[in-house]
Amino acid sequence: MTTTIHPLPDEQNSRLQAEYAATVAQKRRQFFLGMIIVALLVVLAAMGAEVDPHKFASNFWKFPRYFYDMTPKIGVATFFDDVAEWYWGLGKWLKLMAETLLIAYIGTITGAIAAFVLSFFASNSLSVNSWSKFAARRLLEFCRTVPDIVFALMFVVSFGLGPFPGVLALAIHTAGALGKLFSEVVDNIDIKPVEGLRASGASWTQQVRFAAVPQVLSNFTSYALLRFEINVRGAAVMGFVGAGGIGQLLIEYVRKFYYVDVGAVLIIIILTVMLIDYGTEKIRHRLIAMEGVS
Amino acid sequence: MNTSATKTSMRDRFPEIGEMRAKYAHAFKGDPRQRRLMYSIGSGLVALYVFGLYYVGFSPLMLINGFGKFGIVVKAMMPPDPGSWDNAVVFTRGVVETLAMAFFGTICAALLALPFGFLAARNIVSNSILHHAARRFLDIIRGIDTLIWALIWVGVVGLGPFAGVLAIITSDFGAFGKLFSEAIEAADQKPVEGIVASGGSRLESIRFGIVPQILPVLLGQVLYFFESNTRTTTIIGIVGAGGIGLYLTETIRTYLWEETSFIIVLVLITVAAIDWISSKLRVAIIGARPV
Repeated sequence: MTTTIHPLPDEQNSRLQAEYAATVAQKRRQFFLGMIIVALLVVLAAMGAEVDPHKFASNFWKFPRYFYDMTPKIGVATFFDDVAEWYWGLGKWLKLMAETLLIAYIGTITGAIAAFVLSFFASNSLSVNSWSKFAARRLLEFCRTVPDIVFALMFVVSFGLGPFPGVLALAIHTAGALGKLFSEVVDNIDIKPVEGLRASGASWTQQVRFAAVPQVLSNFTSYALLRFEINVRGAAVMGFVGAGGIGQLLIEYVRKFYYVDVGAVLIIIILTVMLIDYGTEKIRHRLIAMEGVS
Repeated sequence: MNTSATKTSMRDRFPEIGEMRAKYAHAFKGDPRQRRLMYSIGSGLVALYVFGLYYVGFSPLMLINGFGKFGIVVKAMMPPDPGSWDNAVVFTRGVVETLAMAFFGTICAALLALPFGFLAARNIVSNSILHHAARRFLDIIRGIDTLIWALIWVGVVGLGPFAGVLAIITSDFGAFGKLFSEAIEAADQKPVEGIVASGGSRLESIRFGIVPQILPVLLGQVLYFFESNTRTTTIIGIVGAGGIGLYLTETIRTYLWEETSFIIVLVLITVAAIDWISSKLRVAIIGARPV
């Protein structure tokens, strides 16, 4: 079957075409204007950040060279011996890596507990009164805006060198970051169980315990696991300011130009981080699956 | 009214509940094997936590002592004071430098990561070896913290903000590559099929089928990373890679607490301003939906 498509009359067609062209042209103009503004900002930012293409070009060869220096000579015949020699400090490094993980773990748990308590006060649906809601929100904001390593710098002064300031810094930052996410989760719960309990005379704690917590627990755990991943990375650099973990050793090796050792420690950090990411992802997928069932 | 009293009175009023409980214990208590598993995992986690607290040397006394000293520090911080007008100018310039580093680094990282994101997306590159290699490469880059990248780049281009910019570009490249490839994989395939069916080339199908879908998502992510990079760049100076972090470390190490608090307040204001601007921009670009 054939159908003939009747073209629009010329006059109507040309008007439509002109309007289409005008609309497209305006969109293009806006787009290019935006691009010009962004480009200008980029140039300004490059000047502010002392970006120097010449310096970059003349030094760039040092970058691959750095990684080349980090790998020792490994022969095929003497492979195992060479690797064993490369990882001469494996016991010490693994112990420090374990300490790093422990710092991240305690920091995350402590922060998550604080966030758990504060999130209910900071939420819209379950807050006690507007004054405590305001206070809780400002407190969480402050905790997450100041970077964890700045807290660590100050805690190292008052608590002394060692892992404890690192734990405290991570815990405070975690409380701020998780508290915001948690309170958003609390805001999104089904409010009917809460109202049911309130109507039957339950206290605030009972409302939270029996109506809110069962709804939010899996989401909370998922966010806490995500935060744990981030904190493992954060704990690895806490040592830069003397707050424990493997970072202390890493910065020492970098400053003393022990390239090969830097490479060995970096590989340990990368493998650990990848392993943790993989593990937490598996657990989170199971949590999501569980949520679907209940 | 305590809970045990409520419980007994409930049992007295409804004796059949007690009968049911005795008869169908599993329905009330749940699967005993799962309960045992939950309890053992839970107690393991608690034990690790307690061991960890012991390991890092936690004790109430040291907490009191430490916070006592910290209280003195906080008291010394009040009021925030740059010390002199010259210092205030220097610190403000440090903050501006920080912003410039964050902005330039984010844009460059996004531009560099865009082609790589396509390479790491399963629906664009069907060669699974290439796709997996690209993914693992991005994982390795992301496994290294920005601060470590900054250390490496300081060794390459020397001290200064340029090393910091390069550190941001490198670490964000890994993160953007992953996010971009995920956005590309999540894109609807129907427009692509439509373009291919009407005779479009592979490149045209990407340009007109995928790019319009992912562009708002990518822009949202870039803005979000700009926000988070302003926070990161404030500390990158700790290893000598430019920005306000250098002054922050210096004032803390030399116990100039009033200047420290001035810098912290300056950073907080800047970060809040950037958050506000970028949330407005995000709403303008992609509407009021979360990234």
